[in-house]
Amino acid sequence: MALRWQRLARLDEIPVGESKGFDPHGEGRDSLFVVRTGEATVVAYRNACPHVSGARMAWKKDRFMSGDGRHIACFGHGALFRPEDGLCVSGPCQGQHLTAVEVAIRGEELYLRLDDVCHEGAMQREFCNG
Amino acid sequence: MRIMGPDEVVFGVDDVEASRTFLVDFGLEEQRQADGSLRFAALDGTAIRIHHREAEGLPAPLPTANSLRQTVWGVEDQAALDAIAEELSQDREVRALTGGGIGCRDDVGFEIAFQVTVRRPLDLPPERINSPGAAPGRGANQVGADEKAPALPRTLSHVVYFTPDMARMQRFYIDRLGFVVTDHFTNTGPFLRPQANDDHHVLFLLQTPDYMQGLEHIAFHMQGPSELMLAGTRMINKGYESFWGPGKHKFGSNWFWYFNSPMGVHVEYDADMDKHDERWTAREAPSNAETSQLFLFQSTPKWAPMGGPPPGKEN
Repeated sequence: MALRWQRLARLDEIPVGESKGFDPHGEGRDSLFVVRTGEATVVAYRNACPHVSGARMAWKKDRFMSGDGRHIACFGHGALFRPEDGLCVSGPCQGQHLTAVEVAIRGEELYLRLDDVCHEGAMQREFCNG
Repeated sequence: MRIMGPDEVVFGVDDVEASRTFLVDFGLEEQRQADGSLRFAALDGTAIRIHHREAEGLPAPLPTANSLRQTVWGVEDQAALDAIAEELSQDREVRALTGGGIGCRDDVGFEIAFQVTVRRPLDLPPERINSPGAAPGRGANQVGADEKAPALPRTLSHVVYFTPDMARMQRFYIDRLGFVVTDHFTNTGPFLRPQANDDHHVLFLLQTPDYMQGLEHIAFHMQGPSELMLAGTRMINKGYESFWGPGKHKFGSNWFWYFNSPMGVHVEYDADMDKHDERWTAREAPSNAETSQLFLFQSTPKWAPMGGPPPGKEN
């Protein structure tokens, strides 16, 4: 089976140090977010706090970073996560990890690897089997 | 102890500007204070106060990263304040605060203060509805749907703490400050109302591990369910993140809609909460999805069954 990739955005839509949420499967909510950790580096995680099943993390559209920009934050209960590996270093889910999503930079564009999200439920099933 | 409810909740945050943006959009009135802090007030003067977390003179942080710094309880009058000072001075240092209030820590380490309440009595209309069999709430030609209605929080309703020691916490608020248990979630904690307020709860406690100690959420009363829906929808339209709601709780009967906030706690709109007196017998239930809500909805983008003409039949 060939890997399938879906274009998410132009890389320059996310300034270095900032984050952006995406709804690649049209669920009506941002199911994942990308943090641009450097000029040519990004990380991506599911928008789901490990503390409360299904809890979304930002305080406003695209606002996933702590005030000092050093951590990913869940603004539900203030949990802080290391951008590089999604480890919760402070808050109710200390020691747990965000669920990583595979993204790749191709030229100026950011792509999501689809196979990684094809187990997540009925919303994506049709899309993934297509 | 004639405590009326929370007058003010004080936070030390890492992003003052984000907090300001959120709280103004939530419907609170920004009031810049002489000490450099920002106060965000409901219609009756109760408020959230925001400081930068490194501001001088701020009450010490909790041992966790929670941004709560102090809960200021409003009491009925000076006699009520004196009674609390006398009670708590028995076993802890009670500081006199500028402005006439008193401050100390509770038995689990939360910073608390008491003051003669700043709550201004409100004289505002309720939500007016037309209900068959009852006198109309709105007369002929009085339109109910007003997209431009202000929808402002009326008063600070309640605070909810994550506490690592439920037994000590309950003893302090019940035995020392005279709070009354209105209902109880077996595996989480009690709903509490103080003696000078008949709302179902102004305080709710959740048992958690040490590393979670702090404020879980703070709630403001709205006029009624329609205003709650309107205010919450405006937050959604501005891109804010709903945590839970809109829905209606069972204990307390209040409508709810919770939002994430830059302070790292939830901020809730509530409406139409039950009132109780000393004749009430507390109920007990396990805390779960079934017992915590009568129903739950989720906001979606506006949609209407407005199909166009069939293909090839365009006008």
